[in-house]
Amino acid sequence: MSISVERVWWRPLDREEKIWVTIALIWCLGTFFMMPVWHVIAKQNTPNESYKVSVDDFEKLVIAFNEKYKVGVDENSGLPIVRPPAGSDVYFAGTGIWTWSSILELEAGKEYRLHISSIKGGGAEAWQHGLSIVSSKFNANFMIIPGYDYVLKVTPTEAGEYGVICNEFCGIGHHLMAGKIIVKG
Amino acid sequence: MAEQFRTCPTTGLKIHQPAEMLIRVNAVAAVVCLLVGGLAALLILLTRWPAIHLLNEEWFYRLLTAHALDMLIAWIIFFEVAGLYFGATVLLNNRLPAPKVGWVAFILMLVGGALINYTVLVGQATVAFTSYVPLKASPVYYLGVILFAVGTLTAVLHFFAALVVAKKEKTYEGSLPMVTFGLMCAAVIAVLTLLHGAAIYIPTFLWSLGIIPSVDPMIYRLVWWSLGHPSQQINVCAMVAMWYLIATLTTGAKPLNEKLCRTGFLLYVLFINVASEHHLLVDPALSIWHKIVNTSYVMHLAVLASMIHAFAIPAMIEVAQRKKGFTKGLFEWLKKAPWGNPAFASMFISLIGFGFVGGITGVTFGTEQISIIRHNTWSITGHFHGTVVLGTTLAFMGITYYIVPLIFRRQIFSETMAKLSPYFFGGGVFIMANAMMFAGGYGVPRRHWDITFAGASIPFQFDPTVFFFMALTGLGGLLAIVGGALYVLNTVASVFIGKKIQ
Repeated sequence: MSISVERVWWRPLDREEKIWVTIALIWCLGTFFMMPVWHVIAKQNTPNESYKVSVDDFEKLVIAFNEKYKVGVDENSGLPIVRPPAGSDVYFAGTGIWTWSSILELEAGKEYRLHISSIKGGGAEAWQHGLSIVSSKFNANFMIIPGYDYVLKVTPTEAGEYGVICNEFCGIGHHLMAGKIIVKG
Repeated sequence: MAEQFRTCPTTGLKIHQPAEMLIRVNAVAAVVCLLVGGLAALLILLTRWPAIHLLNEEWFYRLLTAHALDMLIAWIIFFEVAGLYFGATVLLNNRLPAPKVGWVAFILMLVGGALINYTVLVGQATVAFTSYVPLKASPVYYLGVILFAVGTLTAVLHFFAALVVAKKEKTYEGSLPMVTFGLMCAAVIAVLTLLHGAAIYIPTFLWSLGIIPSVDPMIYRLVWWSLGHPSQQINVCAMVAMWYLIATLTTGAKPLNEKLCRTGFLLYVLFINVASEHHLLVDPALSIWHKIVNTSYVMHLAVLASMIHAFAIPAMIEVAQRKKGFTKGLFEWLKKAPWGNPAFASMFISLIGFGFVGGITGVTFGTEQISIIRHNTWSITGHFHGTVVLGTTLAFMGITYYIVPLIFRRQIFSETMAKLSPYFFGGGVFIMANAMMFAGGYGVPRRHWDITFAGASIPFQFDPTVFFFMALTGLGGLLAIVGGALYVLNTVASVFIGKKIQ
């Protein structure tokens, strides 16, 4: 059997093909155009503010923040319960021993600058974590990268208790990383 | 040289026997990896199903790592290498220029794969597929990945060399046949992907040896995903090439306009790689405009490519079927399609599943705002089981039913098993991938041993609806495993004890 493929590059498209490709292309360009548009009109966007920070420096910031605004201690976990004032800079981290750095108490309707990063917290390394804030009505996910301070402008809209879980594999204790954020009305 | 060729009595194709041997060993290695990865799949499936929760955490994370590497890397790439040799020799009346190089590539991949599996199974590389630094595996693990990648790159370059030889020796006339053209596009993407792999795994290997002090986690993520996601775009390209091949083999269809189809392949090469950015949309360090441009694959032109194939393949089948006289109404051509032919069934389920389950979700989850809701949830796992399992794996399973008689010269062991397998497998993955995506919508994380958080010091409970979808994932997954087992058993039986074809 000899193989020969006719050169067909010059052959024009049929009507159906033209219609299909045109519709598909318009659709593609439409969705492409919507990407920046959504960024302007959407109420919840990916934050654009981040800084390089050493793991140790961020750990100092977290400890100082916890000391300053601590209002109590969670009995089971021993984590500090921290109530920062509205509008303040909040330092929050996943730790090397697979816990969160605090239980936050926030006020509904107020904006906070939530700095997230990873610290050793007595563990071997500052791992990459996934910050997943979850309730039965709400779900938001951001990456926690050691050495980077990611600043989320957060305005809790509804009072209640929100789960904070890790959704990036960070080692053998990954599935133990549960915490909470309490939003007061 | 001539004595190295044989002529297939059924198809009349000239087959270069050293190439045939390499196609065989790579295909066998692929199916063995599918078996190992499939066993791991069964065990992790039964662990994530909260009612069963089979393995302990240590073994769950080990087998999760092994499952991803054996499936996404080993099964698919071994099969693709077999496909590349097939496309560059059998389809072109051509020889493989340096069979010895092919063996070197194969042995490198085999040794690499063995090192990966060994280190993961003994617990020296529980780092998940992504091995995000500072999670550290044994240097032997990174070495295994590098050896596998070098072997793959050698095989890909060998494929290009074979194309040059075919052109020089004029083994075919006119344009490159379209299936080979599609495989060539996959090979171009493979080279880009593997170079990124080298750029990240070599420094990480040196870091694991203590030669360099650290690897920046953000740079790791950026470069790693230029390996991690594009490696799946190789699969997309190879899978689409297989769709065309199967459509032709099973219904006699010919592409209506090759210019259109080939443009589709070219658009993949040019634009699909930016999809890797979809993993980085909720990361620090990258600017918002960088993210926005990449959310849309640069004008969604890779989506346009998929839309082209989504039109061209059903259209060519329809034309072929209508020529056979199936002209009643709008859909007689589809109703009377060879649904009992496992290759056709695999191809069509793969096409529908890839588009509607994998593709659409990939494009939506990859937008800036939706990524906030879906990132790293089980929805993502659902998405890529739609693309890579329902799409690529099923398409590769389909073409096996032609490769076994042509290359292994054996009849398919059991027609019944072959007929049932694509429906079980396709139906199972369809249910599983969708259930995963629903669960992910409630925030269920991927790569997680225990979503009830039984051992955590702060309790957390998901919405109880989640457990319905977790169980549905389990049931769908079991169905898929039955389909996969039928395929593996049937293929192994065909190759070793199937009736010989002379």
